[in-house]
Amino acid sequence: MPRAESTSSSHTLVAEIERHTGIDVRACYQCGKCSAGCPMSSEMRHKPHDIMRLAQQDRRDELLDDESLWLCITCETCSARCPNACDPARVIDMLREQAAAAGRGPQQRAIRAFHDAFLQQVRGNGRIYEAGFMVSYKIRSGALIQDVANAPGMLARGKLHILPERVKDLEDVRRIFRACEEDAS
Amino acid sequence: MATALDLQIHEIDDWSCCGASSAHPTNHTLGIALPARNLALAAEQGADEVVAPCAACFNRLAAARHEIAADDTLAERMSSILQRDFKNDVAVRNVIDVLRQRAARIVELTAAAPEPKPLSQMRLAAYYGCLLVRPPEVTGFDDPEQPTAMEDVIEACGALPVRWNMAVECCGGGFSISRTASVVRLSRRIIRDARAHGADAIVVSCPLCHSNLDFRQAAMELRGEPPMPVFFITQIVGMAIGVPRDRLGLERHFVATDPVLADATAAAAAAAADAETKRAAKRSSAAQKARA
Repeated sequence: MPRAESTSSSHTLVAEIERHTGIDVRACYQCGKCSAGCPMSSEMRHKPHDIMRLAQQDRRDELLDDESLWLCITCETCSARCPNACDPARVIDMLREQAAAAGRGPQQRAIRAFHDAFLQQVRGNGRIYEAGFMVSYKIRSGALIQDVANAPGMLARGKLHILPERVKDLEDVRRIFRACEEDAS
Repeated sequence: MATALDLQIHEIDDWSCCGASSAHPTNHTLGIALPARNLALAAEQGADEVVAPCAACFNRLAAARHEIAADDTLAERMSSILQRDFKNDVAVRNVIDVLRQRAARIVELTAAAPEPKPLSQMRLAAYYGCLLVRPPEVTGFDDPEQPTAMEDVIEACGALPVRWNMAVECCGGGFSISRTASVVRLSRRIIRDARAHGADAIVVSCPLCHSNLDFRQAAMELRGEPPMPVFFITQIVGMAIGVPRDRLGLERHFVATDPVLADATAAAAAAAADAETKRAAKRSSAAQKARA
C-alpha cells in the first residue's frame, strides 16, 4: 500500500497510524457499516466506527485504556465492508500492539492471558502444547476451574496430548521471536 | 482421501505454529515472520504450494505471502529476520479450493461408491466463517459475502446445500477459552439459522469453527432443540467417495453424528428401493406391451 504524505503533525495518532500501516483514518466518514457487521460490537463500549473517530480526534488515552480493542476478534468483517478501505481491523491491531507494548489498562485480563500463554508456548516449543498452554493460561488469567470438567472428554477424543511436541530447530523459532521484538521496539 | 483424489501431501518438516490469533494483535512483525518461516521451509523442501487445513493457518500464511509480496522493504526485513534466502514463491491454498478443483473426480468416485448413499438425503449448511474468506484481497475467495465454493464441493458429493444467512458470520474464533460466553452467543445463532433453513448438519473447513460449533454446543442451552452435528468438509468428501466411516474420525466429535447418518442411510436405502420398484414396474409394463 502506498504511504501518503501526512499533512498533520508527526506525533498525532493519525500520522502514527499512517506511518505504521499506510492507512489514512481521516478517510473514515462514519458510515457505521463496520460496527453494523461486527459480531462483537454489542459487547464493546467503543465500536469499530467509534475507534476510527477517536483515532481521528487523537484521543489516544481513551482508546488505549479501554477494553474494546481487546474484544476485537479479528474476523475482518469491518475491513472487508469498509467503503473507503480504512481497514479498521488493521488499525485495531496496531492500537493493541501499542497498548500491549505500553502495558496499559486492565484490558481484559483473560484475553491478554490467552495471547501471552499462547505465544509463550510457541516460543517454548515452536508449537502449541495444549495441556501446558491451559496450565499457563489458568495461572495468568485466574480462571482456574474453567473447562476442567471438559478435560476428560477432550482426552477421550484424542484432542489433548499428554506430551508436548517440539520443533527440532527451536533456536530458529526463538531467534525469530527476539528479532521481531527488536524490530518492534 | 488424498490418494483417491491424486493429491500428494507432505507435512512440512519441522513446521512451527503460525501464531494464529495471538501473534498479530501483539506484534505485527511476528505475525508475518512465524508463517513466513513455514513458507520458507516449504520452498526449501521443494513444495509448489502449501495447503492449510485450518482457516486461521491458511489466513496467516496467505496474509504473510500477500504483505511480503506487496512491500519490498518487508521482504528484505523478513530475509534478515528468518536468516534465510526467502523468495516468497510458494502458493498458499485452502482445503475448499483444493477440493473444488477436484470436483469432477469427486463426482466420479461418488457415483462409483456403493449404495446406499446417505449424503444424497442430507441437507447441509456450508459454513465458511471469517478467515477463509476475509480479507478478500488476501484469501482470493470467489465472493466474500456470498461464496459458493463449499456448496460446489457439497454438490459434487451428491448432498444438498441449503441457502442460509450465517455462512460467513463469525463463530467467536479464538475467544473459545478466553471469552466463552461470546463464543456461545455467536455460535448459537449460527446453529439456529442452519436449522431454520432446514439443514441436517453444518459443514466447516476449520478446526476452530468445528470446536466452537461442536464442543461448545453443550453450553448453548438449545432447549428442546435436537443437537446439530458438525462435519469437517473432508469427512463429507471421504464419506461420499467410500472411505470407510471408521477412518473419518467421526467418533471424536462431541455432538454424535450417528443419528443423522442413520436416518439419511435409511432414507437413501428407501429411495434406492423405491427407484428399483419403479424400474421393475417399467420393465414389466414394457414386457406386457411387447407381448400385446
